[in-house]
Amino acid sequence: MSRIKNKIVLVILLIPVWIIIYKSLKTISDFIVFRVFQMTPETHLTETIRFFIYEVPKVLMLLVLIIFIVGIIRTYFSPEKTRKALEGKSLFAGNVMASLLGIVTPFCSCSAIPLFLGFVEAGIPLGVTFSFLIAAPMINEVALVLLIGLFGWKVALIYVITGLAIAVLAGFILEKLNLKRYVADWVYKTHAKQSLSEEVTMTFNQRISSGASVVKEIVGKIWIYILLGIAVGAGAHGFVPDEYLAGALGNQHWYSVPLAILVGIPLYSNAAGIIPIISVLIEKGVTLGTALAFMMSVIGLSLPEIIILKKVLKWQLIGIFIGVVATGIIMVGYIFNYIAF
Amino acid sequence: MEIKVLGTGCARCKSLEKVTTKAVNELNLDATIEKVEDIQKIMEFAVMRTPALVINGKVVITGQVPEISEVKEILTNNI
Repeated sequence: MSRIKNKIVLVILLIPVWIIIYKSLKTISDFIVFRVFQMTPETHLTETIRFFIYEVPKVLMLLVLIIFIVGIIRTYFSPEKTRKALEGKSLFAGNVMASLLGIVTPFCSCSAIPLFLGFVEAGIPLGVTFSFLIAAPMINEVALVLLIGLFGWKVALIYVITGLAIAVLAGFILEKLNLKRYVADWVYKTHAKQSLSEEVTMTFNQRISSGASVVKEIVGKIWIYILLGIAVGAGAHGFVPDEYLAGALGNQHWYSVPLAILVGIPLYSNAAGIIPIISVLIEKGVTLGTALAFMMSVIGLSLPEIIILKKVLKWQLIGIFIGVVATGIIMVGYIFNYIAF
Repeated sequence: MEIKVLGTGCARCKSLEKVTTKAVNELNLDATIEKVEDIQKIMEFAVMRTPALVINGKVVITGQVPEISEVKEILTNNI
């Protein structure tokens, strides 16, 4: 790859190849199942294997493409630039901007603390910082890919819009509650002794390399969860009768949404493992609102991140934070269970 | 030279430390490598992404673990 000087040319050549393979996946998987394996159609086992052979390459291909594109977009953003953009913004506009920037700014929950401190030090309001910290993990490219791949554009878009709404409103409410006193005391005493030197500008070739290395890193880390998630999903797809879960988690019970959230918080799965399973839950009778709520609580309210934040926030604030976000997620769940669909 | 690896103990921080140590050894540099895990000390360098690499007090890498070749290049450029 390093021999090719101009990576843009390589990328342009690879895109049609990607599209052709992606478009033929259904034919290829049917060929493998019915011609190569000679399986009888319509049996449980056939449906399970067919689902697996079709979904795995589909999701992996979508992941590679979207993580690559997002990886390139992210080279144009950094927490430092985001902080600068948010400085001195008025409250509501600041929340909206922080949530939007949360999607595109490179973020890893292990960096949540330095980012939090950096924002606080720049005088960015607590609520605006929270909007960022809610949106950044909840709306991530892996979740987006899996939602597009397994549910379609419409559900993916609903997820992004409602996720943004929760981040904006929760941040706004948290600011209005005036919770500064629940931030660990040392936070406001920390001061940087130097400011970071200027950003280096990258060439487009470097941005492409950066996108490629992000693909390698993320796909290398999550492919196993995707495989496992789709395997469980495929098993359920083939063997669990349709509407099986409609009784416990269908929309006739008011408690299904809060229950899904409670179960979701301690479950620390990245989007990669959980979304394939959820897609099958929906097939088996779980309503969309309950599934969305479950997904958001697994991805957006994760126990490890809460533990990390415990270093800078007192437990009262963590409690209020979880409460406000969970309320937002519950509302999303009910809205989609009872009103929209 | 004085090298610091800033990180609160996540997996990526450890791998940056490893890569840096390896690069220093392969380049035969006379350098001390110190791992800084205290968040308040990390914040003094104004980094918002960990892991970060600091050479002689200057932040040269934030939020990523580059390939060893790239670390070597950064090291030689900052001697």
